[in-house]
Amino acid sequence: MRKTLAFAAALMAATVLGGVANAKTFVYCSEGSPEGFDPGMYTAGTTFDAAAHTVYNRLLEFKPGTTEAEAGLAESWTISDNGLEYTFKLRPGVKFQTTEYFTPTRELNADDVIFSLERQLKTDNPWHQYVPGTSWEYFAGMGMPELIQSIEKVDDMTVKIVLKKTEAPFLANLAMPFASIMSKEYADKLDAAGTKEKLNQQPLGTGPFTFVGYQQDAVIRYKANPDYWGGKQKIDDLVFAITPDASVRYQKLKAGECHLMPFPNSADVEAMKADPNLKVEEQEGLNVAYLAYNTTQAPFDNVKVRKALNQAINKEAIVDAVFQGAATPAKNPIPPTMWSYNDKVEDDAYNLDEAKKLLEEAGVKDLSMKVWAMPVSRPYMLNARRAAEIMQSDFAKIGVTVEIVSYEWAEYLDRSKAKDRDGAVILGWTGDNGDPDNFLHTLLGCEAVGGNNRAQWCNEEFNTLVMKAKETTDVAERTKLYEEAQVVFKREAPWATIDHSLSVVPMRKGVEGFVQSPLGDFAFDGVDIVE
Amino acid sequence: MTHLSAEPITPLKGVSRKEQLSEFWYYFSENRGAVMGFWVFLLLVVIALLAPVIAPHQPNEQFRDAVLVPPFWAEGGRLSFLLGTDQLGRDMLSRLIYGARYSLFIGLVVTTVALVGGIVIGLIAGYFRGWVDTVIMRVMDIILAFPSLLLALVLVAVLGPGLMNAMIAIALVLQPHFVRLTRGAVMAEKSRDYVVAAKVAGAGHFRLMFRTILPNCTAPLIVQATLSFSNAILDAAALGFLGMGAQPPTPEWGTMLAEAREFILRAWWVVTFPGLAILITVLAINLVGDGLRDALDPKLKRS
Amino acid sequence: MFRFLLRRLAVLIPTFIGVSIIAFSFIRLLPGDPVALLSGERVMSPERHAQIMHDLGMDRPIVIQYLDYLWGVMTGDFGRSVVTKEPVLRQFLDLFPATLELSVCAIIFAIVLGIPAGIFAAVKRGSYVDQTLMGTALVGYSMPIFWWGLLLIILFSGMLQWTPVSGRISLMYFFPSVTGFMLIDSLISGQEGAFKSAISHLILPTIVLGTIPLAVIARQTRSAMLEVLGEDYVRTARAKGLSTFRVVGIHALRNAMIPVITTIGLQVGVMLAGAILTETIFSWPGIGKWMVDSVSRRDYPVIQGGLLLIAAIIMVVNLVVDLLYGLINPRIRH
Repeated sequence: MRKTLAFAAALMAATVLGGVANAKTFVYCSEGSPEGFDPGMYTAGTTFDAAAHTVYNRLLEFKPGTTEAEAGLAESWTISDNGLEYTFKLRPGVKFQTTEYFTPTRELNADDVIFSLERQLKTDNPWHQYVPGTSWEYFAGMGMPELIQSIEKVDDMTVKIVLKKTEAPFLANLAMPFASIMSKEYADKLDAAGTKEKLNQQPLGTGPFTFVGYQQDAVIRYKANPDYWGGKQKIDDLVFAITPDASVRYQKLKAGECHLMPFPNSADVEAMKADPNLKVEEQEGLNVAYLAYNTTQAPFDNVKVRKALNQAINKEAIVDAVFQGAATPAKNPIPPTMWSYNDKVEDDAYNLDEAKKLLEEAGVKDLSMKVWAMPVSRPYMLNARRAAEIMQSDFAKIGVTVEIVSYEWAEYLDRSKAKDRDGAVILGWTGDNGDPDNFLHTLLGCEAVGGNNRAQWCNEEFNTLVMKAKETTDVAERTKLYEEAQVVFKREAPWATIDHSLSVVPMRKGVEGFVQSPLGDFAFDGVDIVE
Repeated sequence: MTHLSAEPITPLKGVSRKEQLSEFWYYFSENRGAVMGFWVFLLLVVIALLAPVIAPHQPNEQFRDAVLVPPFWAEGGRLSFLLGTDQLGRDMLSRLIYGARYSLFIGLVVTTVALVGGIVIGLIAGYFRGWVDTVIMRVMDIILAFPSLLLALVLVAVLGPGLMNAMIAIALVLQPHFVRLTRGAVMAEKSRDYVVAAKVAGAGHFRLMFRTILPNCTAPLIVQATLSFSNAILDAAALGFLGMGAQPPTPEWGTMLAEAREFILRAWWVVTFPGLAILITVLAINLVGDGLRDALDPKLKRS
Repeated sequence: MFRFLLRRLAVLIPTFIGVSIIAFSFIRLLPGDPVALLSGERVMSPERHAQIMHDLGMDRPIVIQYLDYLWGVMTGDFGRSVVTKEPVLRQFLDLFPATLELSVCAIIFAIVLGIPAGIFAAVKRGSYVDQTLMGTALVGYSMPIFWWGLLLIILFSGMLQWTPVSGRISLMYFFPSVTGFMLIDSLISGQEGAFKSAISHLILPTIVLGTIPLAVIARQTRSAMLEVLGEDYVRTARAKGLSTFRVVGIHALRNAMIPVITTIGLQVGVMLAGAILTETIFSWPGIGKWMVDSVSRRDYPVIQGGLLLIAAIIMVVNLVVDLLYGLINPRIRH
C-alpha cells in the first residue's frame, strides 16, 4: 500500500511526459515474481531478468547471444603479468537514471564500482546487512570472498582489483548479475533518509530501462532510459506480466496480451510453431542433466557396471517423453555451445544386449538399486520422475530392479551430497559464467566430493587436467586440457549424461531484435515491435 | 474442502433393531437419488476390488509407440486404449480403474481414523467435562481455526509428500467434527434416565461411555462419516493436484490431473477423465449421505 | 450483549495463542531449511550455512524464538520473508485485497443465486424444479474445484475466447492501486474500459470459488425454509388466507435466514481454502497462492505469519457471525 503513492506519482509523470497511449509497449509474460531488485542478494534467474538486465549494467557484459565477456561500464582493462592485478578504465559520461524518487547530480565514477562490490565483500561495510537477513549468495558461491584481496580507487575513473590467486574465470564473473553497478550517490541519499531498504525496492542504475513500479505477484513496469549510454531503446515501455503457469502464459501470448514468454510447456511447442501469429526461437541451453552413480559404493565402483547401466538408458525416449524433443541427448558433461566441447567423444549407445553382457562380465546378478528423482522441475530436467520411470522400465529389461526415491528439494540436495549415499541421483547444472571450469571442476573435481560432486568421483588423471586448466589463462591451451578431460570422463563414466535442454522462446511475429542468451537470461535491450 | 455438519438427531428408541432397519430402508429407498448413488458406489467398489481382472493393461505399463493416443471414438483413437493414453503411453482406462482403489481406500482409512479418534476424544470430553473438556475443545477450536486444506497442506509439508501422510493430515483436520458431534450428543444423553439408571446400577465409566451412551449417538455420526468420506477423497485429490499427495507414478486421480495439466490444451482426455472420476465418486457418496440423513432424521420425515 | 461478547473474547484469546504455537512449531518441524533451499544446486559450505542461520536468528533455543516472535506479533512485526527479505505483514496487506475482492464476489455470486434457488426449491418441494435444482446443487457441492477451473479455462478462455486467462486486469490499463480492489480502483482511475476489463477477469475465478458456497447456501436455504414452512405460525398464516408470497417473503424468510447467515459465515473458512486452489489455477495474486508458494520455498516467516493471519481472520469472522446470530436470535445469548 505504501508503494502506491510513489507508484501513482511515477505514473502521472509517465502520463504527462510520455503520452502513454501512443507509446510502444513491450509486454513480457515472466514466469515468476522477482525476489527483490538488488541482484547481489539473490540467485534466481527471474530476479536477474527483472533487475540486473533491465535497470543495471556491469563492468563487463556478456556479448549478446554468447558467453564471451566484453566491455560494459569498463571501457578497457589490463591484467598484470602475474595475473593478480586487474585495472579497469571506466567508460566516461555514463549517466544514472532519473526517476521520480531520485535525480542524479553526477555521472558514473570509481566510487560507484567500489560501493557495489565492497558491500558484498566486506562484512563491516554499512551496506553489508542493509536488509535484515541479507546474504550475498552468488558472490560467495563464485568464491569471490576468498579470491579478492582488495578493491582500490586509482583515480576517479580507474579501479584496481587485486586477487589472492590466479583465477582464469574471474573476468567472466564480473559480467554476472551479482556484480551489477549501483549509484553510490543514490545509496547515500537513502542512507541519509533512513530508508536503506529502498535500494532493494526502487532500483536505480545505468541500464537501458528505468524502473517505474512493481505490484507484487502481478506486474513490473519500466520505461526506456532516455539517457542510456548505449542509446535510447526502440520501445518506450517494458512490462513484465507475472504469469507463473506455462499454459496460461501461452494463452496470453496467443491472445496478444504479451509479446514474448519464457519456458513454454514442451507439449505446446508444436502448436506454437504452427500458429501464424507466433514464432519460436530455439537455442541449446547452457546446461546438463545427469544420473550420478555413487562411485565409492559397490557395485558402482566398478566401471563396467556403470557402463552397462549407461547403455541401458534410452536417452531418446527420455528426451521425447520429458521434453517432447526440446532437448538433445547428452554425451559430454558440458553442453555443445560451450567452448572446448569435445565432439569426438562417442556416446554409449542404447544397447540392452551389450548392457546385459557387461553386467555378466562384472559378475553382477539380480542388482537392485535406488534412483533418486528430483521433486522439482528444473530447466535441464523438467520432470525427473518421468525420466526415472523410463529408466526403471529399461533397467528392468536387463534384470536391474529400480526403486525410485525422492525427498523434499532442500533435503534432496543435502542428502545426495553424502559420501555413503545409497543409489544414483538425477540432477543437473546450469552454467553461471560460460566457463567450462564451472562444470568440470565444480561438478567433478576432487575438491567437490561430498559436495557438488554427486558421483563422489575423484579421478587423479581428470582432476590434474582440470586444475591445470584453471591456472592457465591461454584459451587454446585450456581448450586442449578440457577436451582431454572429457575423454577421461567418458571412459570412467561416473555419470550417465542425460540431456542438454533447448531453451525455447515463443514470441509474437512482430518481435524483432530479441537475442537469446545461452546463460538463460531474458534481456530486452535492442528489442522492437514491428506490426 | 467443505464440511456440512450434520445436526444431532434424537435416536430412535423402543423399537426393535429389525424394525429400525426396515423403517430405515423404507425411507432410504424413497429417495431415488440416494439409491442411484448407492448403486454407483457399489459399482465403484466392485471395480476397485476387481481392478487387476478388468483393467485391460497394467496401470504403469508404458507403450512407447502410443503416447497421448486419444479415446477410441476420436480421430486417431485405438480400440486397445478405450479412453486413450497419457504422456508416457499408459492406458488411461486402466489407470482410472486402479485409481478407484486409491480413492476408496483413502476415503475408508481417513474416515475410519477420523471417526474412531473423534468418537474417543468426544466421548471423553463430553463425559468427563471440566478441564479435560476445556482443553480438548480449545484444541479442536484451534484446528478448526485454519482452513482445512491449508492446514493439511502445511501438515503434509511437515510430514513429507506422499499418500500416507496426506491421509494422516486429512484425518486430523476432519476429526474435530466428530469430536464436536459426539461431545454434544453425549452431553445431551448423559442426564437422561437410562444413563442415570445404568450409573446407579454400578456401570463403570468405560461401560457407560461405550455401551450405554455411544449406541444412541450413532445416527448423526453415520451421516457425518459419509460426508467425511467424500471430503477425504476431494481433499486428497486437491493435495495430489498441488503435488503434495500421492506421488507419481501412483494412478491417484488428483495426481494424474496434476501430472497431465501441461497437456490441457493438447490432449483434453488426460485432464477430463480423472476429474470426472473424482466428481462421479464424490457425487455418489454425497447422494448416499443425503439419503442417509433423510432416512435417519425424524424431523424431516415428519414434514 | 456486552457480557456475551466478553465471554466470547475470553475463549478467543487462548485459542489464538494455541494457533500461534501451532503455526510457529509446525514450521520448525518442516524438513529442509530455507537457507539450504536458496542456494539450490550450488553447494554452500557448512560454516556459511551456520552463519546465515545465525544471522536469521534460527539457531537460538526454540522457546526464545517463539517468545520473541509472539512479542513481535503483538507489536505488529511478523518478521521478514527469507526469500524476498520483505516484511511478512506488508506482503500480506499487499496481497490480501486481491483475495478479499475475489472472495466477496464469490460469496455475492453464491448468495444471489443460492438463496432464491433454495427458496424456490422449498416452495415447490418435490417438483421437477426442486429435484433439478437440488441435483445441480449436489453436483456443485461434489465438485473438485481445481478440475472445474481447468474445464472452464479450456471452454471459455481456450475455445470460445470469451474471458481472459488469468490476472486481474488487462495490462493496457495502468493506474495506481488506491484501495487494492481492482473493481474500485478501475472506477476511480476513470480509464475507459478498465472496469469492464477488471470484471471480465473476475468472472471465471468467481464462479469457481463460488460454486461450493453456492451449493451449500442453496441446500441450507431450502432445508431452513422447509422447516419454517412447517411451523405452526406459518400454517396459521396460510390458513388465514395470506398469499404465498407474503407468507414466504415476510414470515418464513426472516426466520429461515438465521441458519442461512450462520452457514454463510462458515463459508469464510471454506472460501480461504478454496482460494488456495482457485488462485493457483488462475494465477491470481492473492494470499492463497502466496501460501502455497511459501510452503514449497520453506519460507518459515511467511508460512507462520500467513497461517496466523488467516486463522485470525477466520476467528474474527466467526465471532462476528456469532454476534449477529445473537442479535437476530436473543435466546442464544445466555
